[in-house]
Amino acid sequence: MTIMDKKNIRKVVVDIIAEIAPDEDLSNLKDDVRLRDQLELDSMDFLDIVMELRKQYGIEIPENDYGHLESLQSCVDYLTPKFQDKK
Amino acid sequence: MKLSERIVITGIGLTAPNGNSLAEFRKHLLEGYARIQKIDMRYMGIVLAGVCTFNALEYQSKKEVRVGTRAGSIGIYCAHKAIESSGLNWHLLDKSRVGVYVGITEHGNVETENEVYQISKFGYDTRFWSHHHNPRTVANNSAGEISINLGITGPHYTLGGACAGGNIGLIQGVQMLRLGEVDTALVGGVSESIHTFGIFAGFKAQGALAFHEDPNKASRPFDKHRNGIVISEGGCMFILERLDAALTRKAKIFGEVVGYGINSDAQDTVLPCSEQQAVCMQLALKKAKMQAVDIDIVNTHATATLSGDIRECEALNSVFKQAPHTYFNNTKSFIGHAMGAAGSLELAGNLPAFEDHYVHPTINIDELDPACKLNNLVIDHPKHLPQIRTILNTSFGMLGINSVVIVRRYDA
Repeated sequence: MTIMDKKNIRKVVVDIIAEIAPDEDLSNLKDDVRLRDQLELDSMDFLDIVMELRKQYGIEIPENDYGHLESLQSCVDYLTPKFQDKK
Repeated sequence: MKLSERIVITGIGLTAPNGNSLAEFRKHLLEGYARIQKIDMRYMGIVLAGVCTFNALEYQSKKEVRVGTRAGSIGIYCAHKAIESSGLNWHLLDKSRVGVYVGITEHGNVETENEVYQISKFGYDTRFWSHHHNPRTVANNSAGEISINLGITGPHYTLGGACAGGNIGLIQGVQMLRLGEVDTALVGGVSESIHTFGIFAGFKAQGALAFHEDPNKASRPFDKHRNGIVISEGGCMFILERLDAALTRKAKIFGEVVGYGINSDAQDTVLPCSEQQAVCMQLALKKAKMQAVDIDIVNTHATATLSGDIRECEALNSVFKQAPHTYFNNTKSFIGHAMGAAGSLELAGNLPAFEDHYVHPTINIDELDPACKLNNLVIDHPKHLPQIRTILNTSFGMLGINSVVIVRRYDA
């Protein structure tokens, strides 16, 4: 079983972004820069991220917390306790 | 009629199961090349369908394909190809004066079925229902995706005309150009129906879904042993312009839309009515100021259902009984029934006859149903004529909607 540490959670998020934004080059994503400033993502794409986390990992993100998906770093920080709660 | 009221076809873009361009489609219609295949349909298993092979990524990003619909991708591909073939200087064109009018049989079944299937994996919990569902299923979807992709800010909408939709899209464009509402019209029809099991299951329940061990022989209009419809996807978009504008820019003119008719049976939800089909043909002839004898090719709608083919032949024989030099053919025998795209695709497949002087044949008639006897039905081999000046295209749909379009060769 994969240990959901920060490195693996980052990979989960990047893999989901790769699914919903298949035209984007994700090889040089900067963790501390807003995803919207690096990629062509709109609000529907962020809803896709929320949906895929729900479908693939059973993780629920309340609407008020959507702001935590701003950057890769904030995603990882926000999602780490949620993945740990899934243990 | 003033030049500004005469409407001409100046561009054609299409995708059919047996061709992704007008040239390829026409070549295959003249060569007798059908392309129907077996597909594995959710809940149903193997069914027969006409599947298109165009490359959606030619004009869309992967993300646009993922977020949009198959109907949208078909429409976008056809619209781009139509614009390319028109020679219009697209970048300089005022996009607020372009209208997009797309005929459809249905829309939303594919996307709704997919979502229901998705949530079935999560105990039908609607939290797993996609936020993409509504933009994918609104009735204007395919026209709207064309508008967004091409930056067209004029009107866009679809025309829900069941299987008469393709002709009705074209007719809407003619009317809007004559009204002066737009200067360029992107018109035609699209269908994504092979991606919904409901359409297949519905026809099967009705006893109207074709099957044959050899898929390419399954669509057999007028044949005594026909056993129903082969459902296909596809699309065809035309560029329509006023004749004066087309002449000014020295555009290639594929034909002039000189007549059309739309009417209703007002009788039954599925059974066609030969009397009203004949009335519709007469409406189109009257608008064109023509007699039946003036028509060189009639491209029939016949879908290979038992009663539908007979009803249409009754209508054709009543209208064309005094027209010994009119020839009849059927395009569905090659590509199946492309539903909302059928009318426009089938018209497009015949338009090159103005230049090559051939009537493309009807195939898969091993034994003609005596009740489907048409004078001059072209079977198996193309028929060469000294000249071909007029094409009448029929397209009929459920709930008793009839449409007929007449296109005349443009002679300067």
